Amino acid sequence: MSQRTVYDKLWDSHLVKQNADGSALLYIDRHILHEVTSPQAFEGLRIAGRKPWRLDTNLATPDHNISTDPAERAAGVAGIPDNTSRIQVQTLDDNCDHFGIKEFKMNEMGQGIVHVMGPELGATMPGLTVVCGDSHTATHGALACLAHGIGTSEVEHVLASQCLVTKKMKNMRVTVDGVLGVGVTPKDVVLAIIAKIGTAGGNGHAIEFAGSVFRDMSIEGRMTVCNMAIEAGARVGLVAVDEKTIDYCRGRKFMPAGEMFDKAAEYWRTLTSDSDAFFDTEVQMNGSDIAPQVSWGTSPEMVVPVTGNIPRVEDQTDAVKKKGVERALEYMGLEGGAPISSVAVDRVFIGSCTNSRIEDMRAAAAVVKGHTVSKTIKQALVVPGSQMVKEQAEAEGLDKVFIQAGLDWREPGCSMCLAMNADKLGAGEHCASTSNRNFEGRQGNGGRTHLMSPEMAAAAAITGHIVDVREFTGDQS
Amino acid sequence: MKAFTQLKGLVGPMDRANVDTDMIIPKQFLKSIKRSGFGPNLFDELRYMDEGQPGQDCSQRPINPEFALNLPRYSGATILLARKNFGCGSSREHAPWALEDYGFRAIIAPSYADIFYNNCFKNGLLPVVLTEQQLNVLFAEMYADEGYQLTIDLAQQKVVRPNGESFEFDIDQFRKDCLIKGLDEIGLTLHSAQAIKDYEKARAETQPWVFGAIK
Ligand code: SF4
Repeated sequence: MSQRTVYDKLWDSHLVKQNADGSALLYIDRHILHEVTSPQAFEGLRIAGRKPWRLDTNLATPDHNISTDPAERAAGVAGIPDNTSRIQVQTLDDNCDHFGIKEFKMNEMGQGIVHVMGPELGATMPGLTVVCGDSHTATHGALACLAHGIGTSEVEHVLASQCLVTKKMKNMRVTVDGVLGVGVTPKDVVLAIIAKIGTAGGNGHAIEFAGSVFRDMSIEGRMTVCNMAIEAGARVGLVAVDEKTIDYCRGRKFMPAGEMFDKAAEYWRTLTSDSDAFFDTEVQMNGSDIAPQVSWGTSPEMVVPVTGNIPRVEDQTDAVKKKGVERALEYMGLEGGAPISSVAVDRVFIGSCTNSRIEDMRAAAAVVKGHTVSKTIKQALVVPGSQMVKEQAEAEGLDKVFIQAGLDWREPGCSMCLAMNADKLGAGEHCASTSNRNFEGRQGNGGRTHLMSPEMAAAAAITGHIVDVREFTGDQS
Repeated sequence: MKAFTQLKGLVGPMDRANVDTDMIIPKQFLKSIKRSGFGPNLFDELRYMDEGQPGQDCSQRPINPEFALNLPRYSGATILLARKNFGCGSSREHAPWALEDYGFRAIIAPSYADIFYNNCFKNGLLPVVLTEQQLNVLFAEMYADEGYQLTIDLAQQKVVRPNGESFEFDIDQFRKDCLIKGLDEIGLTLHSAQAIKDYEKARAETQPWVFGAIK
């Protein structure tokens, strides 16, 4: 057989049928559901009188619009103050009960943001196809699976047939070699990649992240990177299997055990790209050159190193780009040419499927430990990605560290990443955020998002403005 | 799904690039558990002067007189002219639902975001791709001519202008068939039920750990 990439191998092993018109029927192994993009799919099943094709492949949880406030959460589904949110969460519960789909309900151990929950429970395994009605599904690709977001009609299609009608993507490899400097994190690496290739750079491609930087990176770090593949235009991002992948999988709830695990692991080890496999597009970067990154504008490619300055309109040569920079500066209320580290922030958000895993919690806690949140900060939220992350963090005393420093310790959910619940920015407010999108209004009408790593967001909470975590001393200026 | 063969209709503009799904239907409306009723909130932030809330009676809200689709001349438009990268951002299918519920049956733009493009076909909405130059011609003609109508012939893959000239467009064979026949894609896939079962059987033999895991 010819030389194949990881993506080629995953595609081939899930092909049910190749049609003459170029489309293909692809088998789906895991389907994760949440409250926002599933109700109409279940309704469609009901109207057509169909049943789920298989039950042991679906996993559901509410995450997008639930409250993260401990008191509100304690009141259960009936206590969700917003009418439409409550109905949506209740509808997910009802649909899962009705169709017999496994769900981790709002306050149940196991619940969490879909892309945090899947891997940590072992529902996501190497070699699988994983879909979810959410564009950040690429996260799961960190475990060498073919994972991408789908629309609601496709949610219904997968429920009913366990398949998707789709077309093969092109292969792209982003190689980052070298060693990351102190204070430089997976988030900085992915932001630097997006800044380099642009938000449409990966359109139509599945991206494989390769090179020493990803080999040295933890599995959770690889998830942070794959998570943002969609921000570079690629529906799929993935990393080949290595021993770290296998170690991560061992012992998780839905993973095979004993001999079966060893047999699976033997297969998983084949999920690497062959040495002469063909990539349609190749990008190379040096990890040693990457500094902590911060977004200044309203698109995830509008990023500068924390040591850099906000771009100036007059320096842009391309007319379209010039207009984009002008519009973004106006929306963000920023002055071109000023150092990015001069920007004061009003709120801090540490959370989202990009950066809410236990390593993120530890990293942020280590920065704020022994310091106090700046008086100029209106709110600093820490939202663990799942009940399991929350439990682990509390066992390590991280919640106390955050609370003592003056940050809010919340219940798991998407929270201020998309502001579908009460966690929002006010108009004109700047936020140091560990989430993944800085579109206009994403974190609240008129809100101004600055994407960065958990360490950087934690440091900003203490100093009250954007600061290079490598020079952070805890002084408030 | 509604079949799509030929459409002759009034044309309306969305004259800016990179219109994201948040602009098409803001997040507060995603809490609905229904597929219909999103039309009054299409382009909500651009269309009204106040901040919209789900369940509100939109007929009482202050409208933005500068937003083109609010002009009486575009009322009843079924074809939307748009610019490049239309529908970028999230995977929400509420975006095509809102366009469809508003009354649009087709969009003409130079390019679309992948997931949005895909989602349109599932809802009987035809996303036509023409070149930027062709779009410039259509925009100019539309602005100059109140009541401007286009005919979209899917079988012939043509957009016919009032002067009788037409622009041809490309489309995937599978998607075209589904739209023309108004096919239920799921029903179509289920014709391959045996192939799916055979696949599962073979896979369960080589990779048994994939099955029965979640319970
Ligand atoms: S945390 Fe944000 S990006 Fe992730 S699933 Fe939730 S809303 Fe989507």
